[in-house]
Amino acid sequence: MEKLMPALAYALLAPLAGGLLAGADRIVSARMQRRVGPPLLQPFYDVAKLFSKGDVEVNSLQYPLALCHLLFMALAGALFFGGGDILLVIFVFTVAALFLVAAAFSSASPYSFVGAERELIIILAAEPALLIAAAAIYKVSGSLNFHAVAASGAPLIKQLPGVFLCLFYVLTMKLRKSPFDLSYSHHAHQEIVKGITTDLGGRTLALIEITHWYENILLLGLVYLFFAFSAPLALAAVALTYFLEVLADNTNARVRWQLALSSTWTITLLLAGGNLLALYALGGN
Amino acid sequence: MSLKKSPWLLHYDGSSCNGCDIEVLACLTPLYDAERFGVINTGNPRHADLLLLTGSINHQNEEVVRNLYAQMPEPKVVLAVGICATSGGVFADCYNVKGGADKVLPVDVYVPGCAARPEAIIDGIVRALGVLEQKRAAAEAKK
Repeated sequence: MEKLMPALAYALLAPLAGGLLAGADRIVSARMQRRVGPPLLQPFYDVAKLFSKGDVEVNSLQYPLALCHLLFMALAGALFFGGGDILLVIFVFTVAALFLVAAAFSSASPYSFVGAERELIIILAAEPALLIAAAAIYKVSGSLNFHAVAASGAPLIKQLPGVFLCLFYVLTMKLRKSPFDLSYSHHAHQEIVKGITTDLGGRTLALIEITHWYENILLLGLVYLFFAFSAPLALAAVALTYFLEVLADNTNARVRWQLALSSTWTITLLLAGGNLLALYALGGN
Repeated sequence: MSLKKSPWLLHYDGSSCNGCDIEVLACLTPLYDAERFGVINTGNPRHADLLLLTGSINHQNEEVVRNLYAQMPEPKVVLAVGICATSGGVFADCYNVKGGADKVLPVDVYVPGCAARPEAIIDGIVRALGVLEQKRAAAEAKK
């Protein structure tokens, strides 16, 4: 029961929180560009509209694949907040991402293919950082369970600053922010216009949007974990992290995929890997 | 209700001189900020509710325009922005020009002008939303 409640709360409330976060994101982005911006509830209007557009799938596979994308992402988050093994969470998270890639590959559009390939590159770039983060969290707190890590009171951020910075870098990709919005962007100024969602519209796109809300809350939960020894501090850190991501989004042009991949792996190796090595070298437990 | 609050548009430049296109983009700038009404310039027909055409229709872009329109999910509306998209304008009699957008597509809203003012374009979009709602109501009534 103790495990079920947070998992259920995530499954029910994450879309709500994620949607509000997306709305706040758009307003903050607009203010950074000296605009007024849309209403806070705009992402919900958008998703409601997409559902009302009915089915516009180009084949019978897209919708079920998008549905799996949503279900596995919700499962990953529920596992994470329910106190499941963080390594398992990362694997389920990756499976969820792969369903989106499969949905994009199922269409015949070359733009959809380019988007799907770029999404694979993003998964490839982000994976090592996530796995090293899990290993480092275990090294410091002795657990891979969200609640146990939070309860241990271990100040993860003090011992894992490198891992956290690396995670921040990778978060830019996963939140689909510039300069790493290679496969899909919320802005209209990209050369491969809507990348991975080129052929995904209507209710399929609505599912993908909701999944993205689930994903964002899960990732911010990971940020929370680094400051979990103090809940107010952790919430402030999560808010600041997201704000800095929005700032990066509005102040950076997109980079090429080669640079995105190589820079992420370099940073992962140097910052996160170095951090982990230093932990072992300096001993402790 | 939700259709009205989230108009995503696809902008296609037929054979415009770019005057109207600049004005369309001006709608998204801080001064006019069309995103206040939820407007997103998607660039992808499968995501679009509104097809915004500028410039006249000629023999080369006719197929492109038809193709874009066919890829948009129902319900959808077409806006002809600028006098060239409305009627062909001063180019109407050119040998290569077929005329306004209504030569190939069912245009719902005309926004004349050379170039069309951003205020007029936003007004056109808001009117198009009314048409969008009507189309949806008609589709539901058919069911």
